Amino acid sequence: MTTAPGHPASAAGSPAAGAPPGQSANGRGRKGDVQGTRRLAALLLSPTLLVLALVIGYPVLAGFRESLYARGEGLDDQGFVVEGDRFAGLGNYTAIFQGDRAAAFWNAFGNTTFFTVTTVVLETVIGVAMALIMHQMFRGRALVRASILVPWAIPTAISGLLWRWIFQADGAANAVLREQILWTADGFPAKMAIVVAEVWKTSPFIGLLVLAGLQMIPREVYEAARVDGAGPVQQFWRITLPLVKPALLVAVLFRMLDALRMFDLPAVLIGVNQKSVETLTMLAWFEASNLRYGSAAAYATVLFLYIAVIAYLFVKLLGADIIGEARRQDRGARKGARKKVTA
Amino acid sequence: MRRIPPNGGTPLAGIVACAALALSLTACGGDDDGGSQGGGTAGLEGRGPITFVTGKDRSGNLQKQVDAWNSDHPQEQVRVIELPDEPNDQRQQMIQNATTKSDAYSVLNLDVVWTAEFAANRWLVELPMASLSGGSGGSSPQAEKGKIDLSAMLPATVKTGQYRGRLYAVPSTSDAGMLYYREDLLEKAGIAEPPKTYQEMWDACDKVQKLPEGEDADCYFTEVNKTESMTISAVEAITAAGGSIIGPDGKPALNTPQARQGLEFLVDAKKTRMPKEAVTLDTEGGRRYFQSGKLVFQRQWPYQYALANEDDGSSEVAGKFAVAPLPGPDGPGVANLGGHNLAISAFAANKATSLDFINYLTGADAQRANLLATSQAPTIAALYDDPEMVKKFPYLPVLKKAIETAEPRPVAVKYGDVTAAIQGEMYDAVTGKKPAEQALNDLQAKLGPLTAQ
Amino acid sequence: MSGSLARRTLSSLGFALVALYSLAPFYWMTVSAFRRPQDQFDNTIIPVRWSWENFSAVFSGDNGFGRALLNSLVVAGGTTVLTLLIGTVTAYALARLDFRFKNAVLGLIIATTMFPGISQLVPLLKLFTDIGWINTYQAMVVPSLGFALPLSVWLLTAFFRQLPFELEQAAMVDGCTRGQAFRKIIIPLAAPGVFTTAILTFIAAWNEFLIALSMVNKKEMQTATVAISKFTGVSGFDQPFGTQMAAGVIVTVPLIVVVLVFQRRIVAGLTAGGVK
Repeated sequence: MTTAPGHPASAAGSPAAGAPPGQSANGRGRKGDVQGTRRLAALLLSPTLLVLALVIGYPVLAGFRESLYARGEGLDDQGFVVEGDRFAGLGNYTAIFQGDRAAAFWNAFGNTTFFTVTTVVLETVIGVAMALIMHQMFRGRALVRASILVPWAIPTAISGLLWRWIFQADGAANAVLREQILWTADGFPAKMAIVVAEVWKTSPFIGLLVLAGLQMIPREVYEAARVDGAGPVQQFWRITLPLVKPALLVAVLFRMLDALRMFDLPAVLIGVNQKSVETLTMLAWFEASNLRYGSAAAYATVLFLYIAVIAYLFVKLLGADIIGEARRQDRGARKGARKKVTA
Repeated sequence: MRRIPPNGGTPLAGIVACAALALSLTACGGDDDGGSQGGGTAGLEGRGPITFVTGKDRSGNLQKQVDAWNSDHPQEQVRVIELPDEPNDQRQQMIQNATTKSDAYSVLNLDVVWTAEFAANRWLVELPMASLSGGSGGSSPQAEKGKIDLSAMLPATVKTGQYRGRLYAVPSTSDAGMLYYREDLLEKAGIAEPPKTYQEMWDACDKVQKLPEGEDADCYFTEVNKTESMTISAVEAITAAGGSIIGPDGKPALNTPQARQGLEFLVDAKKTRMPKEAVTLDTEGGRRYFQSGKLVFQRQWPYQYALANEDDGSSEVAGKFAVAPLPGPDGPGVANLGGHNLAISAFAANKATSLDFINYLTGADAQRANLLATSQAPTIAALYDDPEMVKKFPYLPVLKKAIETAEPRPVAVKYGDVTAAIQGEMYDAVTGKKPAEQALNDLQAKLGPLTAQ
Repeated sequence: MSGSLARRTLSSLGFALVALYSLAPFYWMTVSAFRRPQDQFDNTIIPVRWSWENFSAVFSGDNGFGRALLNSLVVAGGTTVLTLLIGTVTAYALARLDFRFKNAVLGLIIATTMFPGISQLVPLLKLFTDIGWINTYQAMVVPSLGFALPLSVWLLTAFFRQLPFELEQAAMVDGCTRGQAFRKIIIPLAAPGVFTTAILTFIAAWNEFLIALSMVNKKEMQTATVAISKFTGVSGFDQPFGTQMAAGVIVTVPLIVVVLVFQRRIVAGLTAGGVK
């Protein structure tokens, strides 16, 4: 379906790593079951794969084909654009790395990376803190949980406008800071404005998911630890974090993928064609909006490759396959916690 | 005539429909089509329901006009398709419609700068123009049936609907910048006339800023944020100096002394005469700045006139300002044209109905009603001299003069690339990131391939 | 005791901090919506003169905003229900079944979120035009489903994995079928995760813009985000900032209220019949 040679998870561990350890330990894992299980798995997976093939797979393939062609751009003597696509091979790809466009590409590459690193780190820290605070509270938790949804729930276009207004020269941000910073002009402050608005909007995403993970930790684990006299800090590092790690890593991974494709927020908050906030998706958008669909598709494919590499590294660096190994780790963590308790 | 099925159908259905179209054309087409060649005016056939694709109807006036049309034309109903408010989004939707060759859109409401791109890509049908040779002569609109009579319109606006001498879009609204100035402050400083040259403007500022009321007022503002407005400011500055961004031969002309003089005006103005936050002010930001009373002179569109005169407390300058033509280096400057034109999508069914509807919406009566309801500048010259209109919109005579002498923005098929290049280089020059000369050279180099034929 | 008091104070402080962080900009949005259009650009903490003008402008006759909200509800609701149905079974397979290529499937699923959305638009538009889906709900629901599934599947898989295996196995030993064990054990235990996934899916679909804009050209079918993009000032230059902020409040607040009202009930409902 996709053209990616190495998607992160498959490259991350051998297929066998996916086997839940519990399964083989239990006596019911018989050979006759294997085929039935496979059939069941295929049945359960197919709706998802079907939808993705239609909605993403087909457009991506069409896009990849498009990226090998160039639309007619010359004019005939009547002034009409000469129609018909021309096979360009990798021309659309090599053009990205030549001349002015190379400078624009690396600038956008830098911006995209900068935004991704700063926003994801900040929102992870803030999101986890939010989740921990909310998990502590018993009264009013529902209310706070609903209220942290607010930033995430406001449509991006609207929150972009809101922040644009806040960051105007005579807006609320400068009024609070008692400074006159030109946030919305092309320049470094514009980057900061994007980071602030993006982190505000997306921290709740991580917060909510971590909170859900926290709520699913069996209470006995904590109680046992508390009886044992483990302090809050120890509890966090030894129990909480390992147990919510699967949910947290998935949340962070998807935030990264989203941040790497960032488009709406800089476009609304600062504007398109602004060097300081131009992202790779914005470059693809600019190409498409000027009818160079082939070139736009080439940018999209390059961006895809970059994202795939990042995702792969993320999964690798944070220890094996997130999903496949998760259970083993959390069992380990749980055992560790118990051992400590009984010691 | 048969309609092409709304959703295009399968490729096969498309072929059948095309064949049907071709057949019906040979059967009944081409009666009074005469000399016009290419572009396919022969396609203006078919009557029936159509759509009108436009940005939002701001006042409800459009719906009123469409309702009136619909009650007169029960067989040729018009449905309005509203697009997002953002011009970029409007263009994108129209292009998507064209690339999928959908017949969902019939009549398109196009920004004046999109004509070349849409025409060159064959997304529009050429429109039959009544011979302009008569000019003021007695040729009544009825004389040439099915053709469009443009003689009542301001010639500068008609130019925006043309591509390579052929008509693709009919001007429905126009727009041009004017110089807003604080009449009260000028009077106090003993200046009777609004400035005609930059130097007069700066001198006036110096006098006004010595007054206690004018102490903390900034002198001048024209938009220099990195948007389409930057292109407009640059075109106005350069054409006022006698230059142009793309010369009459279709090639970039930025290596001229005039272009340099124009850009240097902008650079100096930004450095010494404009508010500190000028680069962050968009059109609305400029209006707020002017309305807060902190600005003596401002280049701005006509829409601000009524808003800045509101006496509900939103404007500090209500009743204190007036408008004049833009100044230039040695005499009156040159404004840049805005506005919208109506065109017919090449993929639309019922093009004859579409043409009639365009004639209806751009006619004098409809434009008059539109001016009254929305204060959008008309393209019919006579409306600017109508005493009733002038009473309601006192700036009309100034605006008419501005439009008559206005220049369009560069006409380019790749307008999106051209304007992005202009914005980038001009912004770098105005913000001091690049010397003016270098920005012009770089722009000249960038525009070369973009405007090559 | 004093420790618990300190703790309570600390947690209230945290409460305040979190609420302030989330709500301060939203407060600004709400206040802006309540200013009179002519005071739009004031910086006062509360409006000098309160006005409903922006809110009534949102619902003014020709915007069709009420209908647009309904459309958004249908699209986002449909997307959420379908995502949960399809996503939970897929996630179950990935979390609990033993088969080859599992990681490849997971990789494939996440790889679909690595393309910028705008590059998928034109091919989808061509496809939906060909099959006659323009101006239909499914033209908006199906793409939203495709955008929502990868995250949902990964999240649900992670949540399902987090649950102890022994419970399910015990249930199956007790004579439950796999399906029953899933419904009665896994889903209730994973309720917080499932509910959170549902909220995230709903919000993403509720806020989708590009597809909804391109696939629909009839006013009666447009969603709220599309309707908002068509808000306009009087002249085309003046930005209807207040109206847009009012619309932002209007599309956000019901979402929050629904979450508030339902979160207990849904979680409780999902948990009922569980082992806890």
